[in-house]
Amino acid sequence: MAIDKHDTPMIDQLVPGPWPSFIKGIQRLRDEHPSERINGMANDLLGQLETSYETRKGYWKGGTISIFGYGGGIIPRFTELKNEDGESRFPEAQEFHTMRIQPPGGFHYTTDVLRTIIDLDEKYGSGMICMHGQTGNLMLVGMDSDAIQPLFDEMNAIGWDLGGAGPCVRTGMSCVGAARCEHSNADEMKINRVLLNNFQDDMHRPALPYKFKFKVSGCANDCTNSIQRADMAIIGTWRDDMKVDQDEVKAYVEKKGRKYVIDNVISRCPTNSLSLNDDDTLEVNNKDCVRCMHCINVMTKALSAGDDKGVTILIGGKRTLKIGDLFGTVLIPFMRLDTDEDYEKLVELAEECIDFFAENALEHERTGEMIERIGLANFLEGIGVEIDPHMINHPRTSSYVRMDGWDEEAAKWKESKAAG
Amino acid sequence: MSDAPVMPIESGTPDSFQYMHPTLRKNYGQWAYHDRPRPGVLHHVSKFGDEIWTVKSASPRQLDIITLREICDIADEFCKGYLRFTMRGNIEYMVTDESLLEPLIKRLNDAGYPIGGTGNSVTMISHTQGWLHCDIPGTDASGVVKSLMDELIDEFVVEEMPNRVHITTSCCQINCGGQGDIAINIQHTKPPKINHDLVGNACERPSVVARCPVAAIRPAVVNGKPTLEVDEKKCICCGACFPPCPPMQINDPEHSKLAVWVGGKHSNARSKPMFHKLVAAGLPNNAPRWPEVAEVVKKILQAYKENANDYERMGEWVERIGWQRFFDLTGLPFTKYHIDNWRGSRNSLNQSAHIRF
Repeated sequence: MAIDKHDTPMIDQLVPGPWPSFIKGIQRLRDEHPSERINGMANDLLGQLETSYETRKGYWKGGTISIFGYGGGIIPRFTELKNEDGESRFPEAQEFHTMRIQPPGGFHYTTDVLRTIIDLDEKYGSGMICMHGQTGNLMLVGMDSDAIQPLFDEMNAIGWDLGGAGPCVRTGMSCVGAARCEHSNADEMKINRVLLNNFQDDMHRPALPYKFKFKVSGCANDCTNSIQRADMAIIGTWRDDMKVDQDEVKAYVEKKGRKYVIDNVISRCPTNSLSLNDDDTLEVNNKDCVRCMHCINVMTKALSAGDDKGVTILIGGKRTLKIGDLFGTVLIPFMRLDTDEDYEKLVELAEECIDFFAENALEHERTGEMIERIGLANFLEGIGVEIDPHMINHPRTSSYVRMDGWDEEAAKWKESKAAG
Repeated sequence: MSDAPVMPIESGTPDSFQYMHPTLRKNYGQWAYHDRPRPGVLHHVSKFGDEIWTVKSASPRQLDIITLREICDIADEFCKGYLRFTMRGNIEYMVTDESLLEPLIKRLNDAGYPIGGTGNSVTMISHTQGWLHCDIPGTDASGVVKSLMDELIDEFVVEEMPNRVHITTSCCQINCGGQGDIAINIQHTKPPKINHDLVGNACERPSVVARCPVAAIRPAVVNGKPTLEVDEKKCICCGACFPPCPPMQINDPEHSKLAVWVGGKHSNARSKPMFHKLVAAGLPNNAPRWPEVAEVVKKILQAYKENANDYERMGEWVERIGWQRFFDLTGLPFTKYHIDNWRGSRNSLNQSAHIRF
């Protein structure tokens, strides 16, 4: 049966051009797919999208739908485009919910597993899959309310689970990391999976004040953008000296020239920790090095991280709502992650943070905003983490603070220094 | 009675190793270095001497299953059935046989996928859901990306920028698109239009009052119905009230504008991470191709390309040359709206006698 295609002159303009077109993709579902159901959904999706382009307004409203046993993970969408008699103008896409699926860390796939997901989406959904959302979810975009439970049951049976939506622990993300990057200082896939899978209850049954996100990056290049986006950012680093292959340094200087190396490596070090010797070898002041990654990025063959690897953990990053953008700030300057006990410590720390957040944050307040409101020192006391000068850019500049506990605090510091 | 529902298996995040390319699995944590033989291709060498070439291709990110099956076909043909996706939505095809590189690139180009996004290129724009699927969007997301990447394609396929350029877009001021060297975000310019007949039933009024960043919302009664009103003198038009209270419509076809921000950086390389800063606003939400936005973005990219030193990210370049020169070089107007007045804003003022003449 030929379908009555909506006229879509505006979004048709997004078909030509060198960049792959998502409109062309939806048109293919409308025109080329053997399923009439998918043809109809795609046609009505295009109709609704064209209406948005014409009027410059969105027409989806949310709702509350989940699957049996869970409370979140589905993003319900119902069309608001109705005729005067209350009938949907685009009935075949009038329910167009998204199912968020937790992806494997690093977004690695076999075509076999992708095809099984495609087949299930074809059976129940609209045929649109988002690879991936900004939080990291694999998203099956567009399905009826009736399709949600059977689609999830079949996805779940082959090893996929719902992601987070609403005030809960959200789906996490890790960079490609150790799988294909020499800068990796940690087992990103393991950290990501250990943390997330410890909090599945908090992911599936939203009961926190607001969202809580984990992101894992293997080095300070922070490819997952964790400092700006994650409530808890885990970033790979090292404590011992960085490794220098002096022969490779010389080869690099030989190839690029001294001026290039001085301008682009030596003088770009943020703490002036590098010096080019007269014989074109490199001197590194590892005490001042902040592990920023620049010189290693540029001279990937000559320079690399040290052996005493671990992670730096930051807390409280988030985007604009409500008090403005916040960076994550240092919570744990260095934590080794080698043994099972190390990983248990990491999970315990995350539990402390989330428990404290659950009990003390206001409704719709992110972790960073809560810390801003109560002060970092109170937060640290609440979760049982000792203060550390690595946590600050500089000590306070305002004298307006009550400090009659000074002697005890100073004694505590001396005690902890003495204990090593 | 029907069958009892099945409880879900809370399997969580799956193990990546079962889906990982065998060469990546074998060399996990054992990579030695990488180089880039040409734009769009990464070449990694492991400590065991294994080599892998990665071809990075464009993707519409919102993928239909017909296209996604074709992508799987390409990965089957060249990559032993393995592939991965990047944080920014590009697709990576990996081969261990260098002789497959050129045929793979040709196959991808022939199928309509540009190769690029590596090194100092303008890579894929990270973006949100927009009109396609969001419940509160001021504009589209995938469409903005498609139209902009069509314009910027020449910079995606080469590595000729001073450093990498990450562009982001967001279809509301919550800014799900994130921080970018250039960010293109909706900026509302008028307070919400309130449908007082619906607020009482649709909205949990105390939560909406609490959601306002400037305490401009208060409970009210209009025509005998409980509702909310907005002190329009206080209102900053952020739209934070709209998601919890849809009858407070913030999106406006004319007055929801686009603003451009520059200098965001998530890497810690050299300088600490930075937030992006406002440079242009008042751009029309001109679907389907947003030409006014493209013009501003291209102007900024050109100034950056011509003036920044090697390895300076957009924000680092502006820190060196100063904002005065940024506005001179780009020809963008500087207005009172560029001067921050949010909490902590004094730190964004020039608290020194440092002036570039």
